[in-house]
Amino acid sequence: MSLFSLFGALELGLIFSLVALGVFISFRLLRFPDLTVDGSFPLGGAVCAVLIANGMDPFLATLIATLAGALAGMITAVLNVHLKIMDLLASILMMIALYSINLRIMGRPNIPLIMEPTVFSILQPEWLPDYIARPLILLVVVLAAKFLLDAYFSTRQGLAIRATGSNPRMSRAQGVNTGAMVILGMAISNALVGLAGAMFVQTQGGADISMGIGIIVIGLAAVIIGESILPARRIFYLTLAVVIGAVIYRFFIALALNSDFIGLQAQDLNLITAVLVVIALVIPLIKQRLTRRRHA
Amino acid sequence: MKSPVSKWLSLGALAMALAIPFSNAAAETKSVAATAIVEHPALDSVRDGVRAALEEAGYTAGDNLKWQYQTAQGNTATAGQIARKFVGDKPDVIVAIATPSAQAVVASTKSVPVVFAAVTDPVAAQLVRDWEPSGNNVTGVSDELELDRQMELVKRVVPNATRVGMVYNPGEANSMVVVERLRELLPTMGMTLVEAAAPRTVDVGSAARSLVGKVDVIYTSTDNNVVSAYESLVKVGIETKTPLVASDTDSVTRGAIAALGIDYYQHGVQAGKVAVRVLEGEAPGSIAPQKTGELSLYINRSAAAAQGVTLSQELLDSAAEIID
Repeated sequence: MSLFSLFGALELGLIFSLVALGVFISFRLLRFPDLTVDGSFPLGGAVCAVLIANGMDPFLATLIATLAGALAGMITAVLNVHLKIMDLLASILMMIALYSINLRIMGRPNIPLIMEPTVFSILQPEWLPDYIARPLILLVVVLAAKFLLDAYFSTRQGLAIRATGSNPRMSRAQGVNTGAMVILGMAISNALVGLAGAMFVQTQGGADISMGIGIIVIGLAAVIIGESILPARRIFYLTLAVVIGAVIYRFFIALALNSDFIGLQAQDLNLITAVLVVIALVIPLIKQRLTRRRHA
Repeated sequence: MKSPVSKWLSLGALAMALAIPFSNAAAETKSVAATAIVEHPALDSVRDGVRAALEEAGYTAGDNLKWQYQTAQGNTATAGQIARKFVGDKPDVIVAIATPSAQAVVASTKSVPVVFAAVTDPVAAQLVRDWEPSGNNVTGVSDELELDRQMELVKRVVPNATRVGMVYNPGEANSMVVVERLRELLPTMGMTLVEAAAPRTVDVGSAARSLVGKVDVIYTSTDNNVVSAYESLVKVGIETKTPLVASDTDSVTRGAIAALGIDYYQHGVQAGKVAVRVLEGEAPGSIAPQKTGELSLYINRSAAAAQGVTLSQELLDSAAEIID
């Protein structure tokens, strides 16, 4: 595997670790099966791309894209909390609605940013090649997001969100406004996903209407890979595991892309990725069995 | 940041280069990496065309050509990762098929030569600044249909046509571009454009009917609404003897008289020839982006008879495919 391919995997892995952090908040902390992600990721990308293409400062465009993601998450939560639509259905409705909304925002199916300024082109120092600078900048963004989340979920409000997810009835009895906590948590979750979308379009040369396909699957896979590689209870390790899981997933794809030497072909890509993930999930299990046998 | 392994490898390569300095023919192995966004009949044909062109120029995969091909299976993130892998492999040429794949590759490298294919508007996609040689590492072939050639076909099918009707969806960006260009182009050819909007698929028939008597021929672009409901257009064409000219070859089998459309295999061959020029040392920045040169003329003889048109022998002779 070349250095370039390695850094490319790291770059995409870091972008998807933002998605994975969002998915972790909805699926794990809030226990809200949220498929909005497939729509809020391209929403963040679409908003960011349109604003940059129209001459807005990339940093401001990224911020607005993040807020757009938060808004999408809030609407899903409101559909569930106030209009009593089942959580999964509420998120599916939001996801399909966002496809049309994204097309409207973009005005056409594809907005290129190849010749536009991006946060990466502005921050990249001249002595550093772009394929190293991009993952470095993303590493700072992801670590900042991770530590902010760690700190927030240790505050009173953050703990209330976590309590809402693990036992809503008990939380209500303790005076927690669970509805508001779900809305807030979903806003934070999808804000991260929107931010990921904005980062994605700025590294990949533009926004495309098809960019949302399968994002939730990648996010979930990253969360689960992280959890099985680094099982933990403390929020610091939980979020760390999720970030690592997302990066590992992209490394698996890079490995799969480089597996042509064993006679595998282009169409096998998704299969190889799946097999690699299965191996990653099974290894801790085997390890566990082996140690248990030794103790017996 | 070189690993010890790659250092040894490069030392080994150096040693080999010193050992066999004159076997240049065998050392002339070129590498081409091709990628497409998704598996799709048209895109697969482009890939096959590229390979055929390489083969014809004497580059045989496994012999003196290292060929690799990856599809992103519809996933734009994977397209980005494939782009990074290819750039890291440093092939002599990367062939990028369809807009998202081409954008991912062009965003990833400013040095590895890139030849794009099956991109309708490379300027709008920011792959190149304009249709002049780019001066950088990017060139390629666009699958945009040149409207003057389309209108020449209209003239050949209905030689005395002066009023060209067009049914289109005003909500489709590509169709609006065609309409705006035709408004300017047709008067220069002594013809006028008569428009009929069909915002929904069900409106196509009535829009066509509104043109009857006002036009000599109805031309349609690759508008998704119109192509989906082409049969309703055909019905009007036959009932009122209004000739229909399409721009995708598939519509000809469905009842248009003629269409000058893209053969995606030939499109791939054209892109492959550009790749060969790069392999043989030409700088990609000195090759201007091209439009599809070879269009295939499809003709439906029974549709012509039903719509009251007698086709010239010259037109029938130049057809790639005649349907009866």
